[in-house]
Amino acid sequence: MDFTEEQIQRYSRHILLSDVGVEGQEKISNGKVLIIGAGGLGAPIALYLAAAGVGTIGIIDGDVVDLSNLQRQVIHFTPDVDKPKVISAKEKINLINPDVKVITYQQLFTAENAFDIIKDYDFIVDGTDNFPVKFLINDACVLAKKPFSHGGILRFEGQTLTYVPGATCYRCLFHSPPPPNAVPTCSQAGVLGAIAGMLGTIQAAEVLKYLTGVGDLLTNRLLTFNAKTMDFRTIKSTPTETCPVCGNHPTVTTLVDYEQATCELKR
Amino acid sequence: MSTIKVNGKDQTLTSEISISELLVQNNVAQPDMVSIQVNGKFINKEAYASTIVNHGDEVDFLYFMGGGQDN
Repeated sequence: MDFTEEQIQRYSRHILLSDVGVEGQEKISNGKVLIIGAGGLGAPIALYLAAAGVGTIGIIDGDVVDLSNLQRQVIHFTPDVDKPKVISAKEKINLINPDVKVITYQQLFTAENAFDIIKDYDFIVDGTDNFPVKFLINDACVLAKKPFSHGGILRFEGQTLTYVPGATCYRCLFHSPPPPNAVPTCSQAGVLGAIAGMLGTIQAAEVLKYLTGVGDLLTNRLLTFNAKTMDFRTIKSTPTETCPVCGNHPTVTTLVDYEQATCELKR
Repeated sequence: MSTIKVNGKDQTLTSEISISELLVQNNVAQPDMVSIQVNGKFINKEAYASTIVNHGDEVDFLYFMGGGQDN
């Protein structure tokens, strides 16, 4: 890929990084990344990946922008209320960086469409708010041997793990979805808006590290933080032999849509 | 007496206890909402009662966090 003068200027702060350079920026520009969920996490992820010049960004989300989203979903603006989130997100990405090709999927990510959608992407990012889809993303990516970033936030806390084939997957840590109805909903629990930015930008950094091959990914360790104390921890992990999807005797060999569970946690 | 780490912080145990008891001791109200690792290895829920925590063990309570997209 030959960059134009304008592109060299646009990406100069990446190119200046000795670990990235023109070669790394080419990898970013050739990258194809799918963001599942254009909400609290998907917003900062999409903004930073767009600014970074990721060549193709896919965004899947079936919802429209709600006024209560704007407290943290920073890719959506006040005039976007009632607009499909994928359209709102695409418009901002195009404004930030016309180099980026945006593919929108105004639908839910399901067991039926999962493989077909992820097959075209190099890396998948989980920006969803519910466990059925989180487990579906994990299973689809493990079975299709696709790397992905798990992300979850709640109140003042966040957690993220990067998966590449052979590493600890989400199910290695969280065997199966929590029992439905055990917990109130996300919207009842609340979340500090900036937490979404803190976690989403970590996920975006992981994508860029993966595409460029720079540094060590968050594989085999779960990063967690609590913004009340600003304590960050990485909890080391190893793939679980009894993991239902990547273990020695897998029981999850096809995709299923789990019953809708909610995302809150009582302690 | 033994010392273990729970979520990175030292805890002193006065007697030998299981994971189930450790959950109670740490006021984890809904064990269903937590996943447990001992020394970086996942512990099956079925084994909580029979898994004894030993001196020097590092126990991590991993909480389900589902937020992100949120409508």
